[in-house]
Parts: sequence; C-alpha cells; structure tokens
Amino acid sequence: MDFQHSLYEAERICLAPIDHEKDPEIVSRWTHDAEYLRMLEMEAARPLSPAQVKKKLESIEKEMDEHKNQFHFTVRMRSDDRLIGFAQVSWIEWTHGSGWIKMGIGAKEDRRCGYGTEVLGLLLRFAFDELNLYRLSALVPEYNEGALRLLKKANFTEEVRRRQALQRFGRCWDLLNLGLLRDEWRSK
Amino acid sequence: MIGTNIFQDQKVRLCADDPETLAQAFSRWERNDELWLMLDSDPVVMWSAKKIKEWNEKGEIENPPKEAFFTIHALPEDKLIGFVSLNSILWNQGDCWVAIGLGERDYWGKGYGTEAMNLTLQYAFSELNLRRVTLGVFEYNQRAVHSYEKAGFRLEGRMRGMLQRQGRRYDLLFMGILQDEWKQLQSQAPA
Repeated sequence: MDFQHSLYEAERICLAPIDHEKDPEIVSRWTHDAEYLRMLEMEAARPLSPAQVKKKLESIEKEMDEHKNQFHFTVRMRSDDRLIGFAQVSWIEWTHGSGWIKMGIGAKEDRRCGYGTEVLGLLLRFAFDELNLYRLSALVPEYNEGALRLLKKANFTEEVRRRQALQRFGRCWDLLNLGLLRDEWRSK
Repeated sequence: MIGTNIFQDQKVRLCADDPETLAQAFSRWERNDELWLMLDSDPVVMWSAKKIKEWNEKGEIENPPKEAFFTIHALPEDKLIGFVSLNSILWNQGDCWVAIGLGERDYWGKGYGTEAMNLTLQYAFSELNLRRVTLGVFEYNQRAVHSYEKAGFRLEGRMRGMLQRQGRRYDLLFMGILQDEWKQLQSQAPA
C-alpha cells in the first residue's frame, strides 16, 4: 500500500505528543499573554503557573485515554522540535461523525508566519481521513479575524451567530460557529 | 415585582426534589425513547433508578452555581412532570444554556412547557441577571421550535447535518434570547 502523505508532518511543522517535562514552562509563558487566551477561550483569562499547566496537560491525556473522544497534539518545528502551539479534535460524537477543532500558536513571534495554515491542513486530514468524521465545527469569537480568515480559506462556512454572547474590550461581540463537511474538504 | 413568587405561575411551579424522587421519575421517563431523541444527541440509553440516584446525590450546591436545575410540577395537582435546567453558566460573559423536558406525555402540547420556560427565563434574567440564554434544538423537533419562538427565542443559525438518526442527516438549530429582548416582551405582555 502506498500512503501519499504523512499524517503528522507538514512542510515546516509537525504534530507531536506532549512532553510533560519541558512543555509546561513554555505553555505557562503563553498564558501570561491575555490576548492569546482571549482569542481562544470564553472563560475569564488567567495566567497559569508551570505546575498548573502540568496538571492540565496530564488531565487532557487522562481524558483522551478514558473517554476516547478527543485527540490532542502539540505543534513543533520540524527543524529543532521546538514547541510552538497545540491542535486538537475534541468532543467527538462517534454516532454522528461530528467533532470540534481548536488550535493555537502560542508565542507572538510565531504568529502570522503561516504555521496556522499548515497545522489546520494536518488537523483536517487527520479528522477526515483518519477519524473518518462527517463534519467539523469551530467556535470563533467575532473579533478573532485571523482565525476567521484561516477557516474560511479552508472552506469553512459560518453556520451560527450567537448574538452578543461575548463581552470584552468594552463591548459585546457575536460568537460564531463555523462548519466544514467532509465532501467540502475533499472537493478542495 | 417585589412580593411575587418567581417560582410559581398559573399552571406550573418550579421545585427542587430529592434524588430518590428524581431517580424514580427519570427512570420512568427514559423508557420513552421519543423524548430522548428530542432531548439529546447521545445514543438513547436506559439507566436504573439506583444509578440515576447515585449521580443526583453527587450534585453539590455551589455558589454561584454553574447550573440551576428545577423540576416542573403541574398545578393544582402538584404532579412532577418534567425538568428544566440553566446550565454552563459563564458568569464573566453573562451567557448560559437552557434545557427543558416534559417526561409525562399527557402534559405535552398544553402550555405547561411554555409556562415553565417563561418562569425559567424570568429567573435567568431577573434573578441571575444574565445577559443572554442559548439553546440547541434538533431540526425534527418542530413542536419545540415553535414553543421557543413563542417564548421569544430567535433562530441564530443551523449546524448542517450535525445529527444522523434513523438513516438521515438532520441540522442542529441554535436559538438565543437577549435580556433586552426579554424585557421588551415583558413590557408588551398583557397584565
């Protein structure tokens, strides 16, 4: 059999497992940048210490093992294995073939380098070609323009607009659900 | 208004029941698969009253709560007919989800659900002081969609083909109501 693509490797970045020794220090630094958290989370932003991050990463892996409905990856540079972000498919409903994706590039200097496009490409192939899901969803605040651009470029459609569901930067914002069906991904 | 009991209306009241009472009711309601096809995307499944009671007993009273769970009692007989829950409350955003189910079929389509939803929205907006309430409803549950529209919810979108049931794909509809919209409705309502 001839597999054309690696599931884990793109041009510059790759998907990898968690390193429980080295990763917490780096992820903790990311959580001290409120802008990063506010792009990703609805809950109140708060910095986490390396010990708190370590616990969180351990619980993610424990849940992956116990519930078998989520897949969490770290994102690393292929050149030197440096940790630059995370990517996940979560809340999979196997009976319906649906799942949610989420990803982040942690450090400011690593954003706007096109890594996100590579990560998303791998994540979509993993979800559709390996997990055989029927559809994927992503939850994005209206103000996260980078994420919206990235997802729409990958053929995602805006499906739901939860009016004024977020309150940040001194005003209300809509919370969007975007969706992509397997056929729409294949036709790209 | 000060002096009114916000837990009671004409046809229903919102209550808290013991784990044993809840467990008996839920294990009876579970045997109605149609109800669960309307309520949940998880595969339908039945649990014993004993198991349900064990889950209920784990529930701790948090303050502020992440969830406000009520049973629905029909008046005047005070019969336990269903439940309603405000859950996933995000206090920093003022948003939450609502889920409602009438386990007793004889009480469907008679306005009990609508009244219970109205009491629940009143609780969400005038006691918890939330800014909005969100819900998800399946495309094939048109009865529920109509009753939510009547309560003031607006359609906010549909996730295409989110459910596969009995050989077909169905959308998951999202609906939402804002505190301002609810207040507007209150001021228009006949006294």
